[in-house]
Formats: sequence, C-alpha cells, structure tokens
Amino acid sequence: MKEKIIVKNLYKSFSKLEVLKGINLAVKEGEVVCIIGPSGSGKSTLLRCLNGLETVTDGEIIVDDYIITDKRININKARENIGMVFQSFNLFAHLSVKKNIMLAPVDLKKMTKKEAEQKALELLKRVGLEDKADSYPHELSGGQKQRAAIARSLAMQPDIMLFDEPTSALDPEMIGEVLQVMKQLAADGMTMVVVTHEMGFARDVADRVIFMSDGMIVEEAPPSELFTNPKEARTKEFLSCIL
Amino acid sequence: MNFARTISEATPLLLQGLQVTVLISVISIAIGTLIGFFTCLLGLSKNIILKAIAGIYIWIIRGTPMLVQAFIVYFGFPQLIQISIDPDFTLSAFSAGMITLSLNAGAYLAEIFRGGISAVDIGQTEAARSLGLSSSRTMLKVVLPQAIKIAIPSMVNQFIITIKDTSILSVISLADIMNRARVYVGSTYQFFSTYTLVALYYLVIISVLMVISKYVEKKLKYEGKDNS
Ligand SMILES: Nc1ncnc2c1ncn2[C@@H]1O[C@H](COP(=O)(O)OP(=O)(O)OP(=O)(O)O)[C@@H](O)[C@H]1O
Ligand SMILES: [Mg+2]
Repeated sequence: MKEKIIVKNLYKSFSKLEVLKGINLAVKEGEVVCIIGPSGSGKSTLLRCLNGLETVTDGEIIVDDYIITDKRININKARENIGMVFQSFNLFAHLSVKKNIMLAPVDLKKMTKKEAEQKALELLKRVGLEDKADSYPHELSGGQKQRAAIARSLAMQPDIMLFDEPTSALDPEMIGEVLQVMKQLAADGMTMVVVTHEMGFARDVADRVIFMSDGMIVEEAPPSELFTNPKEARTKEFLSCIL
Repeated sequence: MNFARTISEATPLLLQGLQVTVLISVISIAIGTLIGFFTCLLGLSKNIILKAIAGIYIWIIRGTPMLVQAFIVYFGFPQLIQISIDPDFTLSAFSAGMITLSLNAGAYLAEIFRGGISAVDIGQTEAARSLGLSSSRTMLKVVLPQAIKIAIPSMVNQFIITIKDTSILSVISLADIMNRARVYVGSTYQFFSTYTLVALYYLVIISVLMVISKYVEKKLKYEGKDNS
C-alpha cells in the first residue's frame, strides 16, 4: 500500500533543547499507528511537525506527497488533507457546534453553506451528537466536545487524522465514547497517528505501536508483540510502570 | 450661589458646548478605533519596519501628556506648514482637537486590541490553521470575533476617557462644554453652580454610554449561550 506519511531523519530543537533526535517513520495508507512514551519524550512535537504546526530543525517530512518541510509548498493546502484533534479540544468558542464544523469547508470554498450544513448534521449523527448542533462548546461535556472536534476535522474529508492524547483531558466515564468514535474511524480505513496513554485502545486498534523516549523511537512493533514481548529495556520499564 | 439662575442662564450656552463635546467625542472615537485597529495589526505583522512604526507611535502618545500633544498639533504643526509649504495655513481648534483625540485614543485602543487578541487561547489559532485556514482568515474568522468580545470592557473604558479628555481641549479654545462654562463663569463668577452643572452633564453622557455598553455586552454573552 501507498505510504501516506514519510519522516526522514527528523531533528527538532526549541532554542537549545533538542526534542527530536533523528526520527524515521513511515505510515501506510489505512494504517493506525499509536505513539506511546513518557511525558516530555517529544510525542506531541513529532505529531505537530507532521502538519507543520512546528517548523523542523532538520530532516524531511512528506505527507500525502506534500513535502511539509519545504517552505515553498502551500502548507494550507496540505493541511486540508490532514485532520488534527487536540487534547484540549480547541472548539471555536464563539460558534455553535454546527458552525464549528461548517467554518473550514465554507471558508475554503470546498462546499456551499447548504452542503456544509448537511455534512455537519451527517457528521454529528455519526459521532452521536445530532441533538447538539446548535449548542455552544461551553454547553457540552468533555466527551461531547471531543466528538464534536473530531466531526469538525472530518468535515474537510481528510485522508489522514492526527490525534494528540484525545482522551487525556476527559473524565474516565467519557473516554469510552470518544474511543468508540475513533475505533469506527479506524474500521472505516482512515490513516491515523494517535498519541495516547490508552493502552487498551492501542492494543485493540493499532496496527503498530511506537514507543518513544527522549526524542527517539526506541522500539516499534504490532501491539501484540510490543505489549507482551518488548525487546528494549526502556520499553519494558515504561510498560511496567503503566500496565 | 444661585443654582436656579445658573441653570436658566447658562443652559443655552452649555448645551452649545455639549454638542461640540459629543460631536468631537463621537468622531474621535470612531477614527481612533480605526487607527487602533490598524496599528494593532501593524504591531502583529512580521515586518520589522511596520512593527516599529506601530511601536514608536504608541510609545510617543503614551509617553507625552495630551495637553502637550494638543499644543503641538494646534500651535506647532500649523507653524511648521506655514514656514515650509503654505504661509496661509490654519487649523481650527475643532480639527486640531479631533486629530489629537483620535491619535491619543488610537494608541491606547491599539494596546487594548492587542491585549484582546493575545487573550484568545493559542489553541483556537492552531485548530483553525490545522483545518487549512490561512493566518489572515484565522485572524478574521476565529481570533478577532473572540478578541473583540474580550476587549469590549476596556474599549468602553477608553471611550469614557476620550469623552472626558475633550475637556482638556478647552484650553486650545475648542468651544466644548468646559470652554463655554469658563466663559459663563468669567462674567458671573458662579463657580460652584456652573461647574457642578457641567459635571452633571458629563455624568449623563457617560452614563448613557455605560448603559449602551452593558446592553451590548449582555447581548454578546447571550449569543454564546442558550441557543440550543
Ligand atoms: N514551544 C515549546 N518551546 C519550548 N520547549 C518546548 C515547546 N514545546 C515543547 N517543548 C519541550 O519539548 C519537550 C517535548 O515536549 P512534547 O510536548 O513533545 O512531549 P510529549 O511527549 O508530548 O509529552 P506529554 O506526554 O507530557 O504530552 C518537552 O521537554 C517540552 O518542555
Ligand atoms: Mg504531549
């Protein structure tokens, strides 16, 4: 299958602090990759480099044939195809849920207002929020916010979805509903990169789990292998702490 | 001290002045808001020269008294033009006052807008950019609507200051309410009753502004609520 994401020799520093130290990664179409690792290991930074929210220090990133690390490309065009879901939801506070979803497709002239509205209602149904179309973000629970944020990303009909700890800010009883939506997405064939602490999700859904530590990929393997039979000492130590 | 006499005698004169005060306030607030908005955008641009222009303008206005600014605009600036370009050039007290007030309000409003914009969570921008919106569309559709809502109380505060600052311009012979009051007092010596009356007039205008702003604030609040 076609490679949707290619990362070659990626380095990223914040002034003096080197956060990513030579990352190499490839994600195939339809693949679900989960990234795990201790806090501060550079998981979010790696994810944010993939859609150009962070500029890289060195190396190359290609997503869907767009060379993200090339300053001459139209990064906005590339981003239309890469959905991103944040830990803190980041729903537009001044817009209703429906308008949140409609904003990008209408503003970027991908759809007319009418089409976008129809799409919004359809997506809200898909994430189980059809009755919240006219609610404002502050009227939703955390789980509902995150499902709305996922719907908002999907409205642009991206090929790739990036998730940065989508359930970490949620109360335990709301984690399931968000993971359920993500599972459905994975089953529908979406290419996904998910930074997560939900080992259950990684085990059930991921095709591959990547363990990052200290700015490097320490080990990657299918979940059955990585969780039951980790090869590296650091992976073992991390897993023993959280499992 | 005779309040009844002052009220009946001074009212026509004071109302004339009040018109000037309201007119110059409204115009200056409108122009100042525009200046503030564009100065704020200049300040946010990546171009160092544009940024510097905004910074220097704000620095000069904040760093000098408005009375001095008014004197420079009213007395100094026409002299400069008379010497260099047109010997017959004059500037009315109203125009000079309007320029001074607008420049003054513009600088403070620029800072207020900047504060509003930086108070909008960076996550809002990141979400919009991730969807493919350009930085200018993100500013227009996501950041500004929220920033203005945040900035409204400070904006109203600045509007109130601008209205009150018109009284300073009475010394460059702007025929505002304060100037008219001084004329009346000059011939009648009714200091207490006249200036108290002037204070009441200011209180009324500013209270009207406050009521309007409370209404706007409330309306904006409701727009973000109870829509389901
Ligand atoms: N904008 C920034 N400026 C400076 N340092 C940063 C910035 N963003 C991240 N860092 C630093 O980079 C390192 C990696 O951060 P990152 O957020 O990628 O870690 P993470 O693996 O996602 O951690 P967590 O599990 O806590 O989310 C941290 O030491 C962090 O302090
Ligand atoms: Mg993180």
